Amino acid sequence: MRKRVLAVTLILVLALGLLSGCGKKTTTVPTRNTTNEAAIGIAQDFDSLDPDYMTAAGTKEVLFNVFEGLVKPNAAGEIVPAVAADVIRSEDGLTYTFPLREGVKFHNGSPVTPEDVVYSIERRWKDTDPSAQLAALSVISSVAAEDGKIVITLSEPSNEFLAAVMNAYILPAGYTQQETAPVGTGPYRFVSREVQHSLVLERFPEYWGTPGKLDKVTFRILENAEGLVLGLQSGALDLVAHLSSDQTAQLSKEDFTIAEGSMNLVQALYLNNAEAPFDDVRVRQALCYAIDKQAVIDLAFNGYGIPLGTSMFPSFSKYYDDSLTGYYTQDLDKARELLTEAGYPNGFEMTITVPSNYTPHVNTAQVLAELLREINVQVTVQPVDWSTWLDEVYNQRKFQSTVTGLTSDNMTARKLLERFGSDVGNNFTNYSNAEYDEVLEKALRATDDAEQIALYRELERNLTENAANVYLQDMADLVAVRSGLSGLTFYPLYVLDISTLEWK
Amino acid sequence: MKKPKNIYLTAGLVLTCLVLAVALVGIFWTPYAPTAMKFGRFQPPSFQHLFGTDNFGRDIFSRVLKGTGTTLGIAFSTVTLGALLGTVTGALTGYYGGWLDEALMRLNDALTAFPSFLLALLIVSLVGPGKKYSVVLALGLVFIPSFSRVMRTEFRALRGQNFVTGARLMGAGDARILAVHLLPNTLRTLLPAFTIGFNNAVLAEASLSFLGIGVTPPDASLGYMLAEAQGMLAAGPWYALFTGLTIVLLVFGIGLLGEGLQNHAGDT
Repeated sequence: MRKRVLAVTLILVLALGLLSGCGKKTTTVPTRNTTNEAAIGIAQDFDSLDPDYMTAAGTKEVLFNVFEGLVKPNAAGEIVPAVAADVIRSEDGLTYTFPLREGVKFHNGSPVTPEDVVYSIERRWKDTDPSAQLAALSVISSVAAEDGKIVITLSEPSNEFLAAVMNAYILPAGYTQQETAPVGTGPYRFVSREVQHSLVLERFPEYWGTPGKLDKVTFRILENAEGLVLGLQSGALDLVAHLSSDQTAQLSKEDFTIAEGSMNLVQALYLNNAEAPFDDVRVRQALCYAIDKQAVIDLAFNGYGIPLGTSMFPSFSKYYDDSLTGYYTQDLDKARELLTEAGYPNGFEMTITVPSNYTPHVNTAQVLAELLREINVQVTVQPVDWSTWLDEVYNQRKFQSTVTGLTSDNMTARKLLERFGSDVGNNFTNYSNAEYDEVLEKALRATDDAEQIALYRELERNLTENAANVYLQDMADLVAVRSGLSGLTFYPLYVLDISTLEWK
Repeated sequence: MKKPKNIYLTAGLVLTCLVLAVALVGIFWTPYAPTAMKFGRFQPPSFQHLFGTDNFGRDIFSRVLKGTGTTLGIAFSTVTLGALLGTVTGALTGYYGGWLDEALMRLNDALTAFPSFLLALLIVSLVGPGKKYSVVLALGLVFIPSFSRVMRTEFRALRGQNFVTGARLMGAGDARILAVHLLPNTLRTLLPAFTIGFNNAVLAEASLSFLGIGVTPPDASLGYMLAEAQGMLAAGPWYALFTGLTIVLLVFGIGLLGEGLQNHAGDT
């Protein structure tokens, strides 16, 4: 027994010694590579190297450099020709003609033929098992190759079609080794992969477009967030994306520049519009008036983030209506007044259910709880694990309110707005507004771009005016880049383009 | 002959009383509201904020005051539940033996074979997270096996003693023998077991909160705070330091108290 007490005492002393070491920083300045290579830290392993089967955002982010479709996204958020040299859309919107670009080669050296393209499109349209098919390609009625051109006819006009073609990656016909030795047409080609450890890509010298500048890029998988920061500090990593402001604060300013992009998601306090008290528009508006978006960003995100007023983020610049951000400015008296009108003069109690594995959302909920206390709304923050959240909140809609971020995984804004239609399957907030449904239907049927933009903006305004949810911000995406490495480009998509990176 | 002083007991009592005082103060008074976020992020310790502020700009001292109470409350009720049920099963199996002993002890073995943590997780998810009593229930059930095993051995060893036979000859029933004659004799073992269990409960609550299952934010508990502090060692080392120190003091004090009690019981 005496020995145990002694042991405990010793452990205590040791623990104190460890803690005292935390104050001082002993960093050796890592020197950068003399070779033309870079190491990038990522937080998760790849779910599949076969591009038609990858679903994880983290996988798409990296393999964006290896695969291309007939068209691909650019940093400005436009869809530009890639393997195709041009996109010709018929007047009625039913026929798309893609003349193939000259001299496009696969990573295995063979040229891209029209047969490869037809194979790739058909694979994504109907020839693989359903999990790999793209729903937006179901409007295709035929794909044909006619003297170096790919002609695709549709059964009905679709605004989503071109964005889907972007995700129909061009692969060599009949090649079956994609899972272990992927072959695409992108600026970087696959070299090797070690499961749960790393993926190595090298520059593809015969790329049709602007070639990559780095010879070799290694993606190192470090699932522990602290590991990523330590990797940067030790010099093992040159670039890590998606860091928190507390993590970037640990990096020295001489060795790293912190680039701030945005996550391209709409973080909001999503309210169950079908459940009391949030079925009353005045209560929802009261919450909007009570919450200072900037305070949330300052307290939970150290000031990084772009305030939003509706279900759209600034990267979709043509759809984004910035004037809605200031629609509700913090006004506690007004908020209390609205609550009194709605029959809650003494406030009420509410629960915010948050997925516990997303610290940013949990932190946001804590700040919201504190802000809402000012208008006498007592908030319980309820963290639940991710699968429970998906099941109960997102699928069964058994919740009062939640904090989460909604994204759009292709280049169209449709996903962000369509989900608030009354009868839409993923309308988990149960928002129901007749006017909204009417405009939404018109917007989805519109074939003219300008008309669609105007209608989308009308939808955004509708969501704001009716306070469908308390829209907060587009969260910042902080990227730590070792000094000397330049050319980092942000996309309105969740991708990391390594072809523009270079050592200066 | 002068009795040697029981240093463990004295030190343990002093430390435990100190922590208890902190918890008591926390119930009635904190310098600032423990959830108020208006003091600036990561302010180092100062006279305004003795322990500094955390990532939301909350006063850590106020939260420690509040959190100590929460942690103590959870730990105490947990270990009481475990000790109560454990003593009952231990007494019954140890005293009567036979098939009841076999059945309960095998069940006990099965419970022990489970990693206690998983078991607690399972119970919390069954009862539903976010309720304070679910943590107490989960951890309390997890603590039963250790108590029942220790108590069974005690009761088993005592039941054949002469004073028990004596009591039985006097006409005492089983219930009376168990409660009046045997139980007081097991205190020598029960008390240290209780204090060790108490410390385990403090640490277990910390780890459950760590997983986001125990106390829900923005409520403060020492475990939850330490979990939060872990990611902020570089930005605000004082957060981990002061919450960690409080836990250390608490556990150390109770540990010494247990040791002291055992020595004390041994002396008499």
